[in-house]
Amino acid sequence: MADFRMPALGADMDTGKVVQWLVSPGDTVRSGDVIAVVETHKGAIDVECFLEGVIDDLAALDVELPVGALLAHVRAPGEAIATGPAPACATAAAPPAPRPAPPASEVTLPAAPASPSSDRARISPAARRRAKELGVDPTRLQGTGTDGALTVADVELAAVRRAPGAPSRKGGFDPAQMRLAIAAAMSRSKREIPHYYLTATIDFGPASAWLAAYNGCRDPADRLLPAVLLLKATAVALAEVPQLNGFHEDGAYRPGAGIHVGWAIALRGGGLVAPALRDADRLPLPALMASLRDLIGRARASGLRSSELTDPTITVTSLGDRGAESVLGVIYPPQVAIVGFGRVVERPWVVDGALVVRPLVVATLAADHRCSDGRLGGQFLAALDRALQSPEQL
Amino acid sequence: MNEQAVRKLTAEILAGIAPEADLATVTDSEDLREALDLDSMDFLNFAIALGEKTGIKIPEADMGHLRTLKGLLAYLVR
Repeated sequence: MADFRMPALGADMDTGKVVQWLVSPGDTVRSGDVIAVVETHKGAIDVECFLEGVIDDLAALDVELPVGALLAHVRAPGEAIATGPAPACATAAAPPAPRPAPPASEVTLPAAPASPSSDRARISPAARRRAKELGVDPTRLQGTGTDGALTVADVELAAVRRAPGAPSRKGGFDPAQMRLAIAAAMSRSKREIPHYYLTATIDFGPASAWLAAYNGCRDPADRLLPAVLLLKATAVALAEVPQLNGFHEDGAYRPGAGIHVGWAIALRGGGLVAPALRDADRLPLPALMASLRDLIGRARASGLRSSELTDPTITVTSLGDRGAESVLGVIYPPQVAIVGFGRVVERPWVVDGALVVRPLVVATLAADHRCSDGRLGGQFLAALDRALQSPEQL
Repeated sequence: MNEQAVRKLTAEILAGIAPEADLATVTDSEDLREALDLDSMDFLNFAIALGEKTGIKIPEADMGHLRTLKGLLAYLVR
């Protein structure tokens, strides 16, 4: 029997609260299934379980629990039922029905913010999936199934009855709590990590021209933002200089398995979250753009998955077209580097001895001196510059 | 679309992107990105939704018209 515990969704999380179970005792879970909604200072997060078997002994809802607290037991397939205090009827009856793991690209439904008084209905996995597809909030529905459980039919009926209009976006996080958590993580970073900083001004002309040609003939939905080129170029440069892509743990550097770029996303109402775009060095630009759009949408709607908060191997903060000219970041521990991009600005620039006007972007690197030196950081910024001079190869 | 319809559609789409924003406080010539704190992804999502709801193909070169209510009215009212 394995224990499913409260995950640590980043260095700044101490406690969390299960606000919804998406499985019932006796359900079969597969590795990667989203099985619970946990409320954290980053909002409500869809928590995946990487165990396989029959789940039981679910922890109570709405109780603040520390990271590592026992949330449920998962019995391996074929394993005998434990002779414990758990009531036998809770586990013996339900036949284990195999459920397909959700595809990685599936958009998860924004989870409802916790409200202690609300009566949380059970929902079958099939109904939950249907609710996601239809954009229906299952927590607002009255179920007609056994014990008031929501069925696929309930969800479909609700979708038909729903008045047309703009989808609502829920806050789902407490700005004051998030500020405390950011303060704790950044204080730890400044206290423990000997940062060094490097800056490079990069000619964004070739990238701008390539983007204009690419976007000119496309529908808005198929266009690329400059941010995607910056993201891909960073990932490609990290493949060349992998010493900046990983973690400092227990006094030593541990390289990341894959380049999973944490993309800093500002949340409305204040606060910041930097979920992972997995394998950013390998995704083609249109796919990366789609992932980024999806990720930003879910980050702001409290629809992030737990693995997206634990996977990043580095952070990128891009200030966008209305931001400042440059940013020197604070490393998110235990990562060892953060890359910053300012706003693209038109400035005088010298090309072949002549003064010209060019779009420029200031790229910065803040890195952990316990793991690397400025020479290596310089190599990274040079690789980044090279990548942005050949946007057609990104 | 008439002016009323353009204003209503704009308000509906922006309510989905910036739920806390009050479009009633934004003047016709104010830059929506500044007034409602829209980043480039928000603004792209605005253009995508506008194209979907109106059926109009919005080329990249016309994006500037979308920045103010005044520009939107000139661009969309027929």
